[in-house]
Amino acid sequence: MSTLFDKIWNKHVVKSIEGGPSVLYIDKHFIHEVTSPQAFDGLRKRGIPVHNVKQVVATADHNVPTIDQHLPIKEALSKMQVQKLVDNCAEFGIELYGLGHPYQGIVHVIGPELGVTQPGMTMVCGDSHTSTHGAFGSIAFGIGTSEVEMVLATQCLLQSKPKQMRITIDGELHKGVTSKDIILYIISKISASGATGYFVEYAGSAIRALSMEARMTICNMSIEMGARGGLIAPDETTINYVKGRKFAPQGADWDKAVAYWKTLRTDDDAKFDVEINIKAEDIEPMVTYGTNPGMGISVNENIPSEKSIDDKEKPSFLKSLQYMGFEPGEKIKGHKVDYVFIGSCTNARIEDLRAVASFVKGKKKSDDVEVWIVPGSKQVEAQAKEEGIDKILEAAGFQLRQPGCSACLGMNEDKIPAGKYCISTSNRNFEGRQGAGARTLLASPLTAAAAAITGVISDVREMI
Amino acid sequence: MSKPLNIVKSRFVPIAIENIDTDQIIPARFLKATTREGFGKNLFRDWRYNNDNELEPKADFPLNNPNFSGEILVAGKNFGCGSSREHAAWAVDDYGFRVVVSSFFADIFKNNAQNNGVLPVTVSEEFLQKIFALGNEATLTVNLEAQTITIDATGEQTSFDINNYKKTCLLNGYDDIDYLLSIKNEIKEFEKA
Ligand code: SF4
Repeated sequence: MSTLFDKIWNKHVVKSIEGGPSVLYIDKHFIHEVTSPQAFDGLRKRGIPVHNVKQVVATADHNVPTIDQHLPIKEALSKMQVQKLVDNCAEFGIELYGLGHPYQGIVHVIGPELGVTQPGMTMVCGDSHTSTHGAFGSIAFGIGTSEVEMVLATQCLLQSKPKQMRITIDGELHKGVTSKDIILYIISKISASGATGYFVEYAGSAIRALSMEARMTICNMSIEMGARGGLIAPDETTINYVKGRKFAPQGADWDKAVAYWKTLRTDDDAKFDVEINIKAEDIEPMVTYGTNPGMGISVNENIPSEKSIDDKEKPSFLKSLQYMGFEPGEKIKGHKVDYVFIGSCTNARIEDLRAVASFVKGKKKSDDVEVWIVPGSKQVEAQAKEEGIDKILEAAGFQLRQPGCSACLGMNEDKIPAGKYCISTSNRNFEGRQGAGARTLLASPLTAAAAAITGVISDVREMI
Repeated sequence: MSKPLNIVKSRFVPIAIENIDTDQIIPARFLKATTREGFGKNLFRDWRYNNDNELEPKADFPLNNPNFSGEILVAGKNFGCGSSREHAAWAVDDYGFRVVVSSFFADIFKNNAQNNGVLPVTVSEEFLQKIFALGNEATLTVNLEAQTITIDATGEQTSFDINNYKKTCLLNGYDDIDYLLSIKNEIKEFEKA
């Protein structure tokens, strides 16, 4: 009678407060330079240590440059923030995968690739895309800095149990349609707030057929429809992915872990507060046209007309289109782009780079676009080089940079200039997200790569 | 310890826009600070100023309108969505708001606000629209103990939900972390089991 979420949650409740939240035990805590300094200050003020440094994984990602990482960071404030993380980790005894370390990378890319992320865990990070790790069948969600301090101090959080939603996607995806299109499609249907207050389980044959990396893309963007997190029951694909990774259990521990992981699934008679069913065949390559991730359409659709929008929502809709420089009812396909960004914790894993490389092999980028490819981690970068992906990308005129969050949020130098259009594999198209005045169009790596070649928004299916 | 909060009677600042994300509340370039103070001056920075210049305020943005002021911010549906940055709550607090009213809040923002002694008040879409329709001299009274919000001029009142634990924390200025530290032995027992 339990859902996958219930099973993991119940195992982690230390105690429940009458009429209030539960004390939830957290197995793994990721930290990065932006949302941790004030938390460490809090510990210092109270004069208390970190509860268990072995449960904390630290990296520098948000602020780091993506060229010349061996040189000192130029921007003074970024440099200071990254240095603060180095100092705090040293003072409190936390191992840091900082700049220059072979494991450095975007926090949600390195957790899975190091085998830190495992089924059945509770995981948090001062970052909303922590939901990524749910792809392994774990409860993973983003928290604020006060909560980072709580977890550092006690390995626990006070949480009210969220409501639960299941989204089932059955059927087979069309060629050229990826897991990014699935999640953009879902958010476009239920809106940027459609899952607020819920934890979402993704299920169905189309999900089962996806690789781990593709599943991570879906769970990653759960937050973009308001969900606290998303999760997918572990299966053979999950187990095979985790096996042999640096922090994966070994020997007898491994067998025990696998036996437990196999019990982690929603019971057939379990009830969800909301159920949504989607046919994989209905999904086409998607792109967003507005300033929240719910404003997405198929590349072949027109931007909604003014008539089709609810009166109350009209001001926000028009404000958004004005920012984007689009007209209501306009066709999106064929619209010019200036920048292409392939990166971020949504789509900067090795499979993403492989897909892009195999698509662009032998092609050349359009003269009018600038293309930045930013790998999710040092390990992804090394793997790409080993496979010769860097050469293919360079031959196409794409620039392969060094790992970090980069133009996903433009905290480092990688900013899109005001008024320019950037087709981006990241997860947020908010006003100014990629730089003040920048116009973001969210899409899959394939759709972004297609635009890099043609210089305009294109249907990748016509090119493969 | 944050400031205890119970009754807030004040004028308000209305921002009738939906899906206001935390990137708008506090843009990423201001997240490089390593302390909690001083975020208020950059609250809604890019909606507030032209060319990122404090000498060029955008006249039509409510924070720049001298007719609007007070300790209550009123905003459209799905306030605080997007990034988990607590800096958004710090900015709202540092600017001087003690209460945010909307018809819907994103979860993480709501937690962050409460953890900083800022009260998120969820009202119906209808009540929200009534507030937006009020003149700029109008005041609202938020009573946390009674869990009510009142339009003072007309006496129209509605109640809001908050869980008992959080209510006690806000009324007394308690932090979650104090509570968690107080049960550390239980946490250690749990770890052994
Ligand atoms: S890549 Fe973007 S979304 Fe992901 S952690 Fe970095 S800034 Fe956040």
